[in-house]
Amino acid sequence: MNIEKTQSILFAGLGGQGILVASGITALAAFHAGYDVKQSEVHGMAQRGGSVSSQIRFGKKVHSPLIPQGTVDILVAVHPRESARNRSQVRPGGVIIDPSIPNAEEELKNKWGNLYLLGVLSHYLPFSPEAWHSAIRSVVPQKYLEVNMMAFARGTDRIL
Amino acid sequence: MIESVRKNEALLSGNEAIARGAYEAGVRVGTAYPGTPSTEILENLRTYPGVNVEWSVNEKVAVEVASGASFSGARAIVAMKHVGLNVAADPLMTLAYTGVGGGMVVVTADDPGMHSSQNEQDNRFFARFAGIPMFEPGDSDEARRLTRAAFDLSERFDTPVLLRVTTRISHSKGIVNLEEPETRPGAQRIPLSPPKYVMLPSFARQRAVVKLERLSGLRRETEKWVFSEKGTGDGKTGVITSGVCYHYVREVAPDLDILRPVMTYPFPDESVKQFAKTHEKILVIEELDTYLTDQVRALGMEVQDLGSWWKLGELDPDRVAKMLGKPVCEIPVTEGWPAAAPVMCPGCPHRSTFAVLKELGVEATGDIGCYTLGALPPLNAMHTCVNMGGGVSHAFGIEKAHGPSASETTVAVIGDSTFLHSGITSLLDIVYNGGTTTTIILDNSTTAMTGRQHHPGTGFRLDGTPAPAVDLETLCRALGVNDIHTIGAYNLDLLRRTIKEALARREPSVIIVKTPCVLLKREHKMPYRIDRDICSDCGSCTDLGCPAICEGDDGKYIDPVLCVGCDLCRQVCELEAIQVIEKAL
Repeated sequence: MNIEKTQSILFAGLGGQGILVASGITALAAFHAGYDVKQSEVHGMAQRGGSVSSQIRFGKKVHSPLIPQGTVDILVAVHPRESARNRSQVRPGGVIIDPSIPNAEEELKNKWGNLYLLGVLSHYLPFSPEAWHSAIRSVVPQKYLEVNMMAFARGTDRIL
Repeated sequence: MIESVRKNEALLSGNEAIARGAYEAGVRVGTAYPGTPSTEILENLRTYPGVNVEWSVNEKVAVEVASGASFSGARAIVAMKHVGLNVAADPLMTLAYTGVGGGMVVVTADDPGMHSSQNEQDNRFFARFAGIPMFEPGDSDEARRLTRAAFDLSERFDTPVLLRVTTRISHSKGIVNLEEPETRPGAQRIPLSPPKYVMLPSFARQRAVVKLERLSGLRRETEKWVFSEKGTGDGKTGVITSGVCYHYVREVAPDLDILRPVMTYPFPDESVKQFAKTHEKILVIEELDTYLTDQVRALGMEVQDLGSWWKLGELDPDRVAKMLGKPVCEIPVTEGWPAAAPVMCPGCPHRSTFAVLKELGVEATGDIGCYTLGALPPLNAMHTCVNMGGGVSHAFGIEKAHGPSASETTVAVIGDSTFLHSGITSLLDIVYNGGTTTTIILDNSTTAMTGRQHHPGTGFRLDGTPAPAVDLETLCRALGVNDIHTIGAYNLDLLRRTIKEALARREPSVIIVKTPCVLLKREHKMPYRIDRDICSDCGSCTDLGCPAICEGDDGKYIDPVLCVGCDLCRQVCELEAIQVIEKAL
């Protein structure tokens, strides 16, 4: 990965699917890993079961919190419909992590399926396991930490 | 180990950063009425020690409470969404005359693109209209620094300061440098000076002079708040921009020179003239209205005409690239995959009222909240929504125009938080002026749309402490309404009967539909299922617009994960094809 260039990750799903949790963890992991990072999302009416997206950009110095069209490096979609809707934003050679990847459909039946996708995402990002774990601990409530950590681990263990 | 790398830094949203800045400035009082995208400012401010915060009843009251604190010597911040400042404009315009005691900062969070708003007014004009200085931060760290600086500026110039952010600042996270809070001595109470704070015409005339003199001082001050950057290009083209737009320009046009005022009222005339003189071509990049453009042109400087297409909606790097004549990556719109629209949650207590109103064929004049979604298909049962409290007055206006019989086919619909914000006065107007309009208060015991904040009816305050809960029935009775019914949301027959009777009655009626928001309570009843052997696919259940009722390959089915067992679909199914799962098994 060329870390001289700002990297852009787009998270997409429907309201209530844990998109903001997943992107919040990733942004914090980038922060812990020492990068400049910006994360952008929209709350309020748009959240009521509608399409929800969150954008993360990290690198040496990030200006725009919004990703220019067609330059998404990695798309993480928690719903097939939102994956289809957003894939034209992915640059040629970019990565798509969505329910069509192995085991994802099964994992996404759980509330913590988004953490499985994050585990898979971690393969593509230059953040240490400590940076990820620390980010997960600060976002996920203690009560659900173990199941979320295990889902993340299953994602990271997946052989690409 | 990780913490040491990022000492004194945090990843914060713009709203979190504003709260941090206010804390660092030693703010003592914080007030707000919830409103997207501003809500999280107060929610975060409450987490800091030494700050007395409140959800105010509305934005006008919020500004008044904050200004009282300020008059008496304490630093105070008040936050609201853009349209909230319309409600609060009355005190704000005259606060420009009185000035302040302790520093006072007014945050307006505008919503370009109307992500969660009814208009996209550009509140930068309020600074100019009121004659108070304005800061426009471009990211989270600047939001923190400028909030802190705004308190100093407020006290130095004896004026409230407007801090203007947008959704993209409020809801974007960025890295913020954390500084130690100011060590301020406990705020000493300042005696109130009548010539400063009693705006009788004779005193106000004197304060008008003070305001003008203050502005000439601020015109010198604003020149210190301008950043100038050389680009990598030939230096012939210069861009004047502010707020988040600066970052879009820097992203897509590293070659261009940039002039970026952060105090955008008063406008830094001298810096802008200088910049314009040294560039052959000047472009102004701003979101919403031509606030900066007009002022550059007023200085006699030529600004490239960009048309007006960019005034609609939010800017982004691609639209800014287009404004600057830079190449844009054109993405074909993915056909057949429109964004999923927001809908009422499964089990939402608002659904039943709109199902009945649709069935009765009445026009519902509505208001601001989750229930505004009742206007969308398949319910299609709300017919107006303009401003907080407006729906109650709309219904009465229709009755005034067309006589009492019009109130048999019109009903006002308003939420509990909105009713307490500004519906009470509208209802009083109906009683006072002899109306017979029926008002339905959808009481879900929370301010739902903005994320479930407390209000004077919930029994709790922003800090979680118990509060006296206003009783809506008693309140309406005190206003002079005698026909009041409080009913639950999940009995369609009772709702239908109550609404029909109230519409027919020749007196003002209030129906309080009282059932808590489903998101307040996470334990749900058993889900329901559709018996495919009985179902005729008539569509009665799907007409309720419940996201739990889905269309599958074999016809309709209920998603047991989404269903909360509210029972409405069972009540509308004439074939009795819908049953509770445990009964069916």
